[in-house]
Amino acid sequence: MTHLGYLLAGWGLSSFIVLLYAFRLLKRGAQLSARVPSDQARWMSSPKQNGR
Amino acid sequence: MTSSLTTASKGSKILGMTSIVGFVVLVLLAFFVTDPDIRFHPETGEEFGQFDAVRLLYLHVPMAIVTYLAFVVCAIASAGYLVKRTFWWDSMAHAAGEVGTLTCALVLITGSIWGRPVWNTWWEWGDVRLMSTLILFLLFLGYLALRGAFVSPQHAARPAAIVALIAVLDIPLINRSVEWWENRTLHQKSTLSELKIEDLTLFTLVLGILVSVLVVSWLILHRFRVAWLEHVEFEQGVKTAIEERRHLGHGD
Amino acid sequence: MKRLFADIGLITGKDLKIELRSRVLINQVAPFALMILVLFGIALDADQQSLRNFASGLFWISVLLCALMAISRSMTIERDDEALVGLNLSGVDPLAIFLGKTCAIAIQLLILEIFLGVGIILLYRSEVEDLLLLVSTGLFACIAISALGTIFGFLASGLGVRETLLPILLLPLLLPVLIGATRAFDDALGVAAINGWNWFAFVAGLTVILTSVGAGANHLMVEN
Repeated sequence: MTHLGYLLAGWGLSSFIVLLYAFRLLKRGAQLSARVPSDQARWMSSPKQNGR
Repeated sequence: MTSSLTTASKGSKILGMTSIVGFVVLVLLAFFVTDPDIRFHPETGEEFGQFDAVRLLYLHVPMAIVTYLAFVVCAIASAGYLVKRTFWWDSMAHAAGEVGTLTCALVLITGSIWGRPVWNTWWEWGDVRLMSTLILFLLFLGYLALRGAFVSPQHAARPAAIVALIAVLDIPLINRSVEWWENRTLHQKSTLSELKIEDLTLFTLVLGILVSVLVVSWLILHRFRVAWLEHVEFEQGVKTAIEERRHLGHGD
Repeated sequence: MKRLFADIGLITGKDLKIELRSRVLINQVAPFALMILVLFGIALDADQQSLRNFASGLFWISVLLCALMAISRSMTIERDDEALVGLNLSGVDPLAIFLGKTCAIAIQLLILEIFLGVGIILLYRSEVEDLLLLVSTGLFACIAISALGTIFGFLASGLGVRETLLPILLLPLLLPVLIGATRAFDDALGVAAINGWNWFAFVAGLTVILTSVGAGANHLMVEN
């Protein structure tokens, strides 16, 4: 395969950056979720969780 | 149960899983199944083309498309905010703007890496799309800087929405001006027209676009939820502060 | 309509009067502009031919940098002592405030442009081949810069980081103006064989668009 270095650099760097960003988003989300009452997070509020 | 709380939901998990599976399939297709771009000169029979560097386009082109999509979403959400003035629209604009800036950076990086072997340069001043994309990137860096400069998210909403709208309206003007500025371009008129399009090439490219849309949707979704939580937390902080003050007042 | 023009004149007059009294433009911005021209000359190794070829680009970069200072200055006037609140409460049409401040900045920029123009002729030995093109491009481009600058100045005015935020917000958006004005000047100074009037038309179009966008955005900002 020609240009293997360029290929790995392009795909590798992009995947790495996206993964890093996604990971940081999840981490920040988990931190914030712990501090905010769960009824404020609309995507969490299934009937079961609200009826505690 | 608080430790298990995240910005994830059932839908976002399905979206995330589909993205990962799609990405793996895309890598397999892009690297191992599709052919390199090798063409033969009609007279001399010499080999030419992009060879394996073409495999970068399966990432670069979809990224460019989703970047524009993300900025369009940001502009629509900004307009939505100016009409509705609700936090939902503001968060959406913020999320799309930030994720779009990220993918825009990736477009520039992958484009540069692709340009080195194919155009023999990391950066080409005479190329319209390259220049416009860089300016677009800088514009949205400014947008995010503006948002970051405000202490409370509410105060950032209106200025940020106006900046995003002006920025998106300015894109065609920037495009025009750069095009006239250097009336030559290295970019293929369309990335697809010069390549020998086989069904598989096209399929891989379309899959790349699909996967990129999924990934970006996942990112925007989670970024939106983080922005939402930040807002709720900020409001809560304000409320607690007011209550504490009131409490102090009663104590005296 | 008559009221609007009277208000615009009022705001412009107010800003220019403050400027005349504080002399920030003459004492600080103009020397800064001269300094930029000298720095470019030194950085480019005082190569007479290069300086002549690049004169229009260097001129417009200097104008943009000075514009940032002028805009920042114009907003500082309003921020101190909460003057902007007073201005908004005074019953003056927000559109008049926007247009008035734009006019004031544009007039200051125009004076700077004349100063810088003399500078490039003396220091870089530029020769004017088409004075009309030079003057009209200079006029329209400085209105475009002022209009967008005023809006972004207002947006960032409440922030402590205004001076650092303004350039990154404003400069990418002004790129088309920079390109158009530079190319028109290239023709007017006789360093490029292009039709500068086409570029002037582009700049003039941009001026109309940016001023209307600025007026529209201004309306959005003041409404609540």
